[in-house]
Amino acid sequence: MSLSKRIDEEKFAPILLEEISGYANHPLRLMEVCGTHTISIFRSGIRSLLPEAIELISGPGCPVCVTPAGEINRAIALSRLKNVTLVTFGDLMRVPGGSSSLHRERAMGGDIRVIFSPLDAVEIAEKEPNRKVVFFAVGFETTSPAIAVAVKEARRKGLINFYLLSSQRLIPPAIRALLSSGKVNIDGFILPGHVSVIIGRDPYLFIAHEFDLPGVITGFEALDILEGICMLLRQKRQGRADIEIQYKRAVKEEGNKKALKVMQEVFKPVDARWRGLGLIQKSGLILREEFSRIDATYAFNIPYEDKADPPGCLCGEILQGLKRPPDCSLFGKRCTPEDPVGPCMVSSEGSCAAYYKYRVQ
Amino acid sequence: MCLGIPGKIISVREDYVAEVDFGGIRREVSLFLCPEAQPGDYVLVHVGFAIQRLEEDEALETLKLFKEIQESYLEPEQENR
Ligand code: SF4
Repeated sequence: MSLSKRIDEEKFAPILLEEISGYANHPLRLMEVCGTHTISIFRSGIRSLLPEAIELISGPGCPVCVTPAGEINRAIALSRLKNVTLVTFGDLMRVPGGSSSLHRERAMGGDIRVIFSPLDAVEIAEKEPNRKVVFFAVGFETTSPAIAVAVKEARRKGLINFYLLSSQRLIPPAIRALLSSGKVNIDGFILPGHVSVIIGRDPYLFIAHEFDLPGVITGFEALDILEGICMLLRQKRQGRADIEIQYKRAVKEEGNKKALKVMQEVFKPVDARWRGLGLIQKSGLILREEFSRIDATYAFNIPYEDKADPPGCLCGEILQGLKRPPDCSLFGKRCTPEDPVGPCMVSSEGSCAAYYKYRVQ
Repeated sequence: MCLGIPGKIISVREDYVAEVDFGGIRREVSLFLCPEAQPGDYVLVHVGFAIQRLEEDEALETLKLFKEIQESYLEPEQENR
């Protein structure tokens, strides 16, 4: 359903659009941090409805895109070990690690399986006690509590063949790194809805307090996004910088306390590398000491070998909001979703894949 | 990857497992992160876990739109799943 069709059905959208189109002040750059927002914005055609002064830029919120090649390589190396079954989310399969991908390794006979829920990893380990099951876990705060539950479940069941390769990332430290770099001009943030279901509002307050910028935690429907943009514009008009919640039906100020608790019981923050953004302090999660036996990086002692991004690929700049996919000379030519060169084209939430699918030139 | 799908809890088993209806498709979902959820509640589900209870009216609206998201977004992703 296109946005225009929804506008007929909703009384709300025209009001929002009118308010937004009334905005003709100096240029405003709003970053949608989350890849799910990027997709929703393209799908609904919101970009074309905004006045020229408002520019939406995509941020680093695609877990697959920000996973450095080195971590994909480590998963590939693990999958080549005898008796190891590597399990992971489907989105990661095609991401190039350098010379290979998990997809290619599987085609060559590697025991690599796609799971839907972290609990599937536990189930596989339970059913196949003679395999060493390594769960290659990527994700933001939305996913980490579920991964933590799986770790605890494996322990409760006394499984000795369950391991975790953690490539999890945290969103607020990445926003801080972007703002601190001073490289990118941002006037406000459309903040991720589902990450915020878990973490709530407080972790973003520094955006308003330290950087004097507004942010609105926003849902994923076209109307949510229009309202989120309106709320940002209102703050701008009133000269305010605050963190507000548009997505109130799902996001509570305090987040999901139960989820935060289990996440903190199992993981602790660690400095982590992001594709494009480099090393960011306390932006990743590793297992706490009491779980370190199942940490695949120690258990299998696989060295970390990073790989530079493929020549010509601008993913790094795109993830920081510095460049747009059409700025890349490979975009739509050598690099397409069928034959992707970089991770931003692989992931269905990657900016390059979204631009390609919706053919924005 | 942070997609959350709203569904309605049909029944709850003792061990934090619920049967959840997603517009006609039923799946088992863990309630471990959302233990207060009851049958009849709408919950937001991510990687097999309910992560929050939703207000009913709003959940219905989201559910209506979910079909559209599924068409344009979920299916290509499921290729590998
Ligand atoms: S179009 Fe392809 S090569 Fe260019 S930045 Fe995007 S993913 Fe990288």
